[in-house]
This record gives sequence, C-alpha cells and structure tokens, in this order.
Amino acid sequence: MVKLRELTTEEPLAPGHRLCAGCPESIATRMALKAIRGPTVITQATGCLEVATTIYPYTSWKIPWVHIAFENAAAVASGIEAAFKALEKKGIAKKVDVISIAGDGGTFDIGIQALSGALERGHDFVYICIDNEAYMNTGIQRSGATPKGAWTTTSPAGSVIPGKPEWKKDLIAICAAHGIEYAATACISYWNDYITKVGKAIEIDGPAVINVLSPCPRGWRFDSSKTIEMGRLAVQTRYFPIYEVEKGKYKLNINVPKPKPAEEFLKAQGRFRHLFKPEFKKEIEIIQEGVNENWNRLLRLCGETS
Amino acid sequence: MKKVIGLTGDEAVAYAAKQCDVDVVAAYPITPQTIMVEKFSEYVADGEVETEFVCVESEHSAMSACVGASLTGARVLTATASQGLALMHEIMYIASSLRCPIVMGVANRALSAPINIHGDHSDMMGSRDCGWIQVYVENSQEAYDSVIQAFKIAEDPEVLLPITVNLDGFIISHCMEGVEVLEDDAVRRFLPKRKVDLKIDPEKPLTIGPYCLPDFYFEFKRQQEEAMKAVLNKVKKVGKEFGRLAGRTYDVLHAYGIEDAEAAVICLGSTAGTARVIAEKMRKEGKKVGVMKVWLYRPFPAEEFKKVTKHLKAIAVLDRACSFGAPVGPLCSDVRAVLYESENRPKIFNVIYGLGGRDITPTDIEGIFNQALKTAETGIVKEPVTFVGVRE
Repeated sequence: MVKLRELTTEEPLAPGHRLCAGCPESIATRMALKAIRGPTVITQATGCLEVATTIYPYTSWKIPWVHIAFENAAAVASGIEAAFKALEKKGIAKKVDVISIAGDGGTFDIGIQALSGALERGHDFVYICIDNEAYMNTGIQRSGATPKGAWTTTSPAGSVIPGKPEWKKDLIAICAAHGIEYAATACISYWNDYITKVGKAIEIDGPAVINVLSPCPRGWRFDSSKTIEMGRLAVQTRYFPIYEVEKGKYKLNINVPKPKPAEEFLKAQGRFRHLFKPEFKKEIEIIQEGVNENWNRLLRLCGETS
Repeated sequence: MKKVIGLTGDEAVAYAAKQCDVDVVAAYPITPQTIMVEKFSEYVADGEVETEFVCVESEHSAMSACVGASLTGARVLTATASQGLALMHEIMYIASSLRCPIVMGVANRALSAPINIHGDHSDMMGSRDCGWIQVYVENSQEAYDSVIQAFKIAEDPEVLLPITVNLDGFIISHCMEGVEVLEDDAVRRFLPKRKVDLKIDPEKPLTIGPYCLPDFYFEFKRQQEEAMKAVLNKVKKVGKEFGRLAGRTYDVLHAYGIEDAEAAVICLGSTAGTARVIAEKMRKEGKKVGVMKVWLYRPFPAEEFKKVTKHLKAIAVLDRACSFGAPVGPLCSDVRAVLYESENRPKIFNVIYGLGGRDITPTDIEGIFNQALKTAETGIVKEPVTFVGVRE
C-alpha cells in the first residue's frame, strides 16, 4: 500500500477544467497520476474527460496527452509504445510509460477490439477504464457496463420494461483471459487500493488493466456532494467487488464480511427509482440475487469461502 | 551499376520501405495488399530492418497505431486495400489533420457488396477527401520509386501530410516486373532521418487532438488546405531530385503525345500504359491522339493540367470508380471543374470502366480514342457518361 505523506504533490492534471461538480473522472485521473514513476504519455479516448480538459486553446494537461478517437485508445498506445521502442534502439528517444484512459463505452463496447488486440500483442502500457456505467458524455445512454435495472436514455424505465434488462459485462474476466499479468477493479472511494494498483500496473513489463468504478452524479442521479459516498456504498453492498487478477490468480482486495443490502445502493440513486414502484419490486430481489451470485463466484475464484 | 530485380508491385512497396529505414509499420493483411505485409514481416524476421512491426487486429487499429507512432516522431508506413481502407476512413481524416506524414501503400480494390477482391479505384475514391496526398502508379517500378519519394514529400516541414501510393490491385500488386532498384546508401542519402519539431515529448508536453469548438476549428481546416497547396511544388522538386539520383524524373502529370494531339485519354494507374500503346499505334496511323496520366491526384495539379490540355478539342476521362448519383465519375468531375473557366475548353466525356477488376482491352481503348476523335471533329458530346465493358 502507498503512504499518503509519500505521494507526490505534483498535479499533472491542472484545475480549471470544465468537468461537472462532483465528477469522479478528475478524481480517478488525479489519483492515477499520483502513481506515475517518470515520463508518461496519456492516450485518451473520446469522452467527458477529453472534452472537458482540452477545450482549445486551453489544456489542463501538463504531460503529453493524445486523443485520436473513441474506440482506439489502446491502438494509439500500441503505436506510441512501438515508436518509443524503435526510437530508443536507434538512440533518438528514451522509453516512456504509456497510460490509456477511456470510459466504459470506449472500453466495454466500441473500444474492446482495440483493447483486446493491444493486450494480446503484449504492449507495455496501462489501460484505465473510468467506469461510470453509461455513455455520460453524450447524455446518459446504456453501455455494456450499465447494470441491470438502471435507467438510461436508451434503456428508459418504461411501463413495461423497467430499465436495462441485461447484466453488466465482466470486463476483468475478458481482460484476464488474454493471459495478461495484471487486471483489477478499483473504486475512487478507496484511494489507497486504487493508487497502489496503478503503481503496480505501471511496474509490470507488459499490459495491465484497471477498471475503476466512478459514480457519476449526473448519470446516476444523486447529489454531487455524494460521489465518494456512492462509491463506498457500491463496495459495501458487494455490488462492485474490489479484486485483482495477478498472473491468473484472483485475490479479493476489500472484503465485505457484513454487506449492506443492495437496496441501499439502489435507493440512493435516481437511475433505479422506478424499481421501487410496486410492479417492479421483484427486480430488486433479482438484482440482490445477482450481487450474491457474483460475490460467491468471486470468492470461489479467490479460493475463499463465504 | 544498375541493379534490376524481379518484383511484384506489392513487393516493390515493401522493398522500398525496407530501404527507407522505417521506424514503425502497423498493418493488417487484406487481398491484394497482403504481400506487402508478408514481405515486410520477412525483413523483420530476418533482421534486415530496424523496424517495430505492429501486427494489429484490424485496419482501424493499424491507422490508429500509425498516428500514435507518427506523433512520436517515428517514420511510419502502413498498407491496405478496399474494405480495409474503408475501415481506416475515420482515422485517415485524423492522420491528416494531426499532420502525420504516414506513407500508405494501397493495392486498389473494389468495395463490397458483392464482395470482390479485384482491382478498381472505388476504395481510394471513397476516401478521396480525407486530406491525404494521393499518387497513382502505373507499374511496379513506379510503385518502388513513389514510396521513396512519398516519405520525402510527406515529411517535408512545409507539408507534413500523409500520402497514399495507389497501385491497381492484382494488375500491379501481383504482376512481377523487372524493377531497377537503388543502392541502400543512395536511398539513405536521398532520405535522411525524419526531423520533427512538434511531437510527443515529456520534455515539451503537448496536448494533441483537443476538443475544438466553432471558434477555432475552421482555422485548423484552412491551414490543412494551405499545406495541400504547398505539396505541388514540393512534389516537383522531389521528382527532379529523384530523377538526378535514379535517372527517372517524376512530375505531377505524365503526358504522351499531348502537344500536337486533338483528342486525349486522361486516366489513373495501369490503364495509362495500355492507352499509351494504343496511342502510339494510332499516331503512326496519323491520328492525333495523346494520353495524360495523372500521377498526383491529390492535390489535383489544376494549373499544370490546364496548361497542357488547353489546345485539345476532345477529352475522354476514364474513371475506374462510380460516384453513384453524381453527374460524372470522380476524375472526370475534377477535369471538368479545372477546365470550366478555360477559353475554348475541350469537349469532355466520361468513361466508367473496369469495376471489380473487369479487364479493359486494347480494343476498348481504341474505341474510346475513336469516340474522342469523333467528338473533336463534330464538337458534339453524344453521351456525357458511358460504361465500357459492361453487359447492359
């Protein structure tokens, strides 16, 4: 674990950007940048963080930062990593660390092919997915990371269909299946766990993936003062387990021996409000069962018992 | 001493790339470009090049990786065709706008559906407006020569634009010809290491690819167009310099028999060779015909074109692509626009041919010349657009 007093006071992401009040993306980014060890290049997918930190002719970035498009942060990282390798061999440049940052839309959905390719090829880079469980930049549309039952503008809470019918995709299992050395979940509400993981990921000579849960006040419909609280609730209800897969071995990083009911997490957010109507109440039970099953599955993978 | 080796068009691209000391190649295989990546992979496996070869999972990622590598200051090459080019389309605009001097070999091939692996220009014409310099070659020798010149043109600080070297799928890509190659050292002298001012550099951090609103976006595009304008003179200069080195001088246009001709065929790529053979034969018969090959298609050399064609009475423009619903094909559209303001402008008609690799025969071309001569004589364009070699 890292020590707070030993963390750098450098802030490569300067204030003054135009992210919303209470936005977890700047928190997730600033925390990640506390773990960098030297010259670092960011490749960024299209999304809130990109549009709000680089409005021309201003920028919040004090380190090299590249945005090409939505679905290719990992492919761009591949090219940069390869170029530095080639130029270092020829004595023209020195190798740098490469970190890709993308949202869940840019990772779980449109960018998963580029990510898969980069992981399979073994490029030395860290991929951070800032997971706020929907396409927030375009105004809250469902993604493969949106949880079952959540309202979004493309999975509306109708009179017949109560929000998104499907479960969230298991990104970490997909990434780990590539045989990469390190993949982990994290949450901005557990800063030490998250920063430690980013540091670990950077040290690895090869690709590493971190999916960091980042509660979005706008999209999840909660007060912007409660971002960190909401992340904590996600973990303490076992809704979002914090674990890592190192060389294929699963390890639970934050145990939750006495979980709060999932309902507490759901009722704190407007995106699940419709589930509390009498006709949809059963959905809450189904979600709770899903949470339990997922937790038990993870415990089995971690070699622990419930 | 001259060194001549047998190379297909694809192999010629790979061979030239090997001599150009490319830092990064990111590419994905697609017929009929495949030999380019296969051949280059062999150079990498045999340690003949100091190149990082990124064997990506799609053309979209190929172009994305190329942009990343180019922004780092590396010399970068890729290659594709058809559907692959279409998949790259999104990132091709970004490559040119971020001023990445990437060189791309394109083995031109038809677009689906129905799926067809053979040669036509629909692929490149679909990405015609993406801000890339575009040259079309006539044979393997030109493919080789063009790749070497392409890096020099693209990487010029006044240009900094990506460039496609287009070769007709199968007709050039897979056709073995004797290619006169330069010594490695000669290529290195002609093409020194890339010099880069603005790049990904932790010492001088840049924000590249920012969000840009209506208050600034337009200026970026205007600058891009200015860069395109700088290309013409640069191409001419590099073409002459290459001529001094290799004995083969290049210019934006290649005219044959145009000076004293009344009617001419204008075309891109390998068809120019066939057209020249027919023109030679017809000129011996006393017919006043000529051929103009457009080597540099983007930026279109408008002034040169006007100068060379101003005395012609009739022009047949050959398009190996169909611009559905447009008045004429893409090349013809340019020719018409360029000549519109000319006094005594020639009569112009358009021939769409060779889609999906359909052969264009010497007889077809002779027919087109005769049609052009008749148009020159009568001053009447009977049909502005005709389709040659198709069942109707």
